[in-house]
Amino acid sequence: MSVEASFVGRVYPPTSPYEVGREKIREFADAVGDPNPAYRDPVAARALGHPDVIAPPTFGIVVTMSSGRQVIDDPDLGIDYSRVVHGEQRFVHVRPIRPGDVLQVVVTVEDVRTAAGNDIVSTRADVSTVDGEAVLTAYSTIVARGTA
Amino acid sequence: MTAVPSPGQELPAQEFPITRADLVRYAGASGDFNPIHWNERVATSVGLPNVIAHGMYTMATVIRVVTDWAGDPGAVVEYGVRFTRPVVVPDPEGGTLHVSGTVREVRDDGLVDVDLTATVNGQTVLAKARAVVRLPVATAGAS
Repeated sequence: MSVEASFVGRVYPPTSPYEVGREKIREFADAVGDPNPAYRDPVAARALGHPDVIAPPTFGIVVTMSSGRQVIDDPDLGIDYSRVVHGEQRFVHVRPIRPGDVLQVVVTVEDVRTAAGNDIVSTRADVSTVDGEAVLTAYSTIVARGTA
Repeated sequence: MTAVPSPGQELPAQEFPITRADLVRYAGASGDFNPIHWNERVATSVGLPNVIAHGMYTMATVIRVVTDWAGDPGAVVEYGVRFTRPVVVPDPEGGTLHVSGTVREVRDDGLVDVDLTATVNGQTVLAKARAVVRLPVATAGAS
């Protein structure tokens, strides 16, 4: 089943707040094998000018997982998740994510197209604190192989 | 790092081994438990040659060349990639990701554009892999 082009511009409701944990940042940094002390040691992070430890540059994918599922699982949009692969990803940071941030995500469908028999959906996920401070924007393109 | 980069400057290249255990750990930390990233039976059943790395694992690894160079990972203000070829991770031998980076442009406002190249077995696995880095200001001459 092909995805519906009429969904371009669709905006989903804000996700449930995600509270960023110090140990989650450490776990993620460990998992990507990055020993940088800025992710673990507040003293090292402050020496770099940050108020506390910071999250790695791609940590936003953890926060935007739920907003991505809003799109992929939308029955009206008709994406076959079993055929989905990640096409492109881009993060634009206003500032690094830090422990204690309570973040919510508003995702917008930016583009829906078909190429070579694949359905391709591009989204923009705007991540802000629940107080309204913009933190980052994550742009994703997913490809549903052979579904168009 | 050198305080004032110039276009064409190469960042120190790095090699990153990737094993099946790394993917299991990343699945847990990221919440992406798609079995094509840890289960060979499932991966081959959907036409893949073997288990493949999460694209986001590759992306997180590649930016190390920039963050290790910049010193401050918070200096990365923008980072994007296109996933063009899966990184196949057979067990037990795994694979090795080779990453290099080059300064493309130093903007008037001090932002630095870096182009990244990531290969496995001599084949590129990403396209349009680019980072924008905000380096500390007014440190010319420092190292």
